[in-house]
Amino acid sequence: MKGWMGKFRALFLFSSLLLVLSGCGKENLTAFVPEGYGAEVSLNLIIISLVVMVFVILVVMIVYTMVLVKFRQKKGKEDFIPKQTEGNKALEIIWTVIPIILLIIIAVPTVRATFDLADESKADESLNINVTGNQYWWHFSYNDQDIQTSQDLYIPTDTRVYLNLKSSDVIHSFWVPSISGKMDANPENENTMYIEAYEEGVYYGKCAELCGPSHSLMDFKVIAVSPEEFEQWKKDMKSVDPEAQPETASAQEGQKLFQENSCIGCHAIGSSPAAVGPNLTNFGDRTKVAGVLEHDKETIVNWLLNPDELKPGNKMAGNYPELTEEEAGKIADYLLQLQPSEITPESAGNE
Amino acid sequence: MSTAVTHKQGFGAFLWDYLTTVDHKKIAHLYLIAGGFFFLVGGLEAMAIRIQLIKPANDFVSAGFYNEILTMHGTTMIFLAAMPILFGFMNAVVPLQIGARDVAFPFLNSLGFWLFLFGGLMLNASWFLGGAPDAGWTAYAPLSTTSPGHGVDFYILGLQISGAGTLMGGINFLVTIINMRAPGMTYMRMPLFTWTIFVTSVLIIFAFPALTVGLFLLMFDRMFGSGFFDPAMGGNSIIWEHLFWIFGHPEVYILVLPVFGVFSEVISTFSKKRLFGYTAMVFATVLIGFLGFMVWAHHMFTVGLGPAANSIFAVATMAIAVPTGIKIFNWLLTLWGGNITINSAMLWSLGFLPTFTIGGTTGVMLAAAAADFQYHDTYFVVAHFHYVIVGGVVFGIFAALHYWWPKMFGKILNEKLGKLTFWLFFIGFHLTFFIQHFLGLMGMPRRYWVFLPDQGLDTGNLISTIGAFFMALGTIVFLINVITTSLKKQEVAGDPWDGRTLEWTIPSPPEHYNFKQLPLVRGLDPLWVEKTEGRKEMTPAEPLGDIHMPNNSILPFVMSLGFFIAGFGFIYQVDDISWLSLVFVGMGIALGTMFVRSVKDDLGHHIHKEDLEKGAK
Repeated sequence: MKGWMGKFRALFLFSSLLLVLSGCGKENLTAFVPEGYGAEVSLNLIIISLVVMVFVILVVMIVYTMVLVKFRQKKGKEDFIPKQTEGNKALEIIWTVIPIILLIIIAVPTVRATFDLADESKADESLNINVTGNQYWWHFSYNDQDIQTSQDLYIPTDTRVYLNLKSSDVIHSFWVPSISGKMDANPENENTMYIEAYEEGVYYGKCAELCGPSHSLMDFKVIAVSPEEFEQWKKDMKSVDPEAQPETASAQEGQKLFQENSCIGCHAIGSSPAAVGPNLTNFGDRTKVAGVLEHDKETIVNWLLNPDELKPGNKMAGNYPELTEEEAGKIADYLLQLQPSEITPESAGNE
Repeated sequence: MSTAVTHKQGFGAFLWDYLTTVDHKKIAHLYLIAGGFFFLVGGLEAMAIRIQLIKPANDFVSAGFYNEILTMHGTTMIFLAAMPILFGFMNAVVPLQIGARDVAFPFLNSLGFWLFLFGGLMLNASWFLGGAPDAGWTAYAPLSTTSPGHGVDFYILGLQISGAGTLMGGINFLVTIINMRAPGMTYMRMPLFTWTIFVTSVLIIFAFPALTVGLFLLMFDRMFGSGFFDPAMGGNSIIWEHLFWIFGHPEVYILVLPVFGVFSEVISTFSKKRLFGYTAMVFATVLIGFLGFMVWAHHMFTVGLGPAANSIFAVATMAIAVPTGIKIFNWLLTLWGGNITINSAMLWSLGFLPTFTIGGTTGVMLAAAAADFQYHDTYFVVAHFHYVIVGGVVFGIFAALHYWWPKMFGKILNEKLGKLTFWLFFIGFHLTFFIQHFLGLMGMPRRYWVFLPDQGLDTGNLISTIGAFFMALGTIVFLINVITTSLKKQEVAGDPWDGRTLEWTIPSPPEHYNFKQLPLVRGLDPLWVEKTEGRKEMTPAEPLGDIHMPNNSILPFVMSLGFFIAGFGFIYQVDDISWLSLVFVGMGIALGTMFVRSVKDDLGHHIHKEDLEKGAK
């Protein structure tokens, strides 16, 4: 077993190489490159604890290596009986006290950061958004602004935005790694967290608590735009007329089908808060269909024909009359022209 | 030995012997076989998970099926594989280490095993009866209360039955260790493995009732329309999380403390030194056990408990690193100055030290609440607990298998295959899980059926899956080792490793009465004490006399079968009330067996002095 250390070293080199190759992940998803306050606080804490812990691992590995090199059984010394040492008080006190000191180094910033990230003192003067987790989509209600939307959350940059999280069914967890750590959305109480994005951009959000078959498909986006653009977006959203006539004939028929086929029973357009399905006010401006699918007509048609196949277990399947492909295409045309604002993920720099 | 002659019997008699046995050494075999079987099942589930995640947007399994697999992987590995296998070693070794002829409650011991087995079978029967549980091994409400089908019902009843068996084991071993130590075996002379089992038993006794209560409430919510966890009816789903983790966190220590004991024995034996800082090791074990109960809410930092609760639980969790650190350094100093033999058992222990150190340090990182907002429910957590549970518990199980195999079965496992198993498994393990720390922070939540392309997660997942195949290969090599070793004719001495504790003073495998005469314990590592004084055997503490042993009984098997039948009744009475009859039948069998057990005198039997002298049974 000569290759003991060699194998170790190879393993270590291999894994660090991998890390370099794969980078730190996609920049608008990874927690390694913080683009917001919460993510930055967390990363700082991660680095502090990582440094301390790497120190601990190094100490252990040094002693460990020395032990293995020095005290392995030598040929011809099989019968050697080592001294039966009982212990060593001084040593044992040392390796009790040093870890305590190391832990204090981590504990103090931990407590400070934990209280910092739970600070609600500025909630009243900031923008407040009610976030509702549903199987398997997110609803956003800018209640004081009279704006309802889903899947794409618009926020102004450099502003503390307070999110009041709740769930309508099972427990979900709201997570936008590059902006902030996560917080659960529970069915019985409202949890509050704040997020603050530094730069304009589209940040990927995920549901982090197992919530059913399509748990891994419950993605959403946070779209950070400049405060001026955000004001513009709000104005555009508020001026939406849900009854407005689309321009093309196909979309007009789609609108009719949308109303006749009881789509409107679940999906509101405009600021009506009663919807049980995703609000579609700015559907045409969204980044993805159902959070994860390509945003084009073909996908929407497929979705309308068979939602359960694309997002297993979702609540839309079976709750509306069957559509022909032609009808679905018209509805898709109608939905795609719901573009109330110039402020879109593209304008914020979506890739 | 005449036992070899008497064992030449038909398969029926052999089976009957194991169905009725109350001998802790045979129950150990049963635990090992059943636990090993479930370990393979859980391993297959793990492979399905990794194959599904080999590339983005894969469709190897469907979304619903994936959730069933991940739920069953976790549940199986924790409840049906790791814990039972450890119970196997507990049974095989603890009575021998304390110089006892038996456990305190042999009947209860057998009952505990059969309850575990039937609970496990019930849980896995769900695969064939309309779908397995799919709400995660933590079964958070309301996902678990609203999950359609009967999957979660199987989870509830299976774990309830199996958990009752575990609780019995805990009680049994606590009493055994307190009451049945050989003369001279004071608490501070107990081998560390026995010490860890002692603390583990206490943890079981305090933790499992919380699970029992939680499962009971869940059962009533799902089957009888109560609303303990339903906010719409005034219930609270967060209560389930508290109940679950009040059990679930100590459970981690129920798993890991015994292997701390294993490593203490193995490291001390193969460096030919007594354990460094024995007293501190005992103290650390007790302290870890105690703190294990104080920190359950660190699983719930993102639930919204508020910064005060989060901070308290964060700091309390970090505190566990201190006694654990004491242990790591004491092991290192046990090796220091020793005469270290590296064989398979030792290889697993040496592999454990760095691996578990990484797992422990990431544990401290997770304890930092505000940092946990990023780690929580991601692959970082998956990586952390696999470093602890595989790098700790599974490595410990493999070390124990190689170390105690000769004592349990009278044969030594092949060293070459043993080492090959280790290297395949060890490299595969780090390949699988090291990268997952990064995957987590790169935005991969756990329990994801698919990850999407172009999110920077492809390479890491591919490597992880490749590593999993190495681990599977290592396990296969181990199975080959077990089979070829069993087929070999081999005689093993009582003390093949130059051991230090009492189990090595008697033949391998031991007679069913363990010790002809109870040994007199004159210090820590009693056999070593005798060896240093030039003797080969223990000084007996009593003259040769008749030995009283319990009779075999089929009642534990029948009783467990009764609960098993009743379980199906409870599950299906939701669909059709006539299934309630099965509840009455099953409970009738169970209660009837209890009645028989209560009124029938079963005084056991004696092995006579003359037979002992002849060396016969």
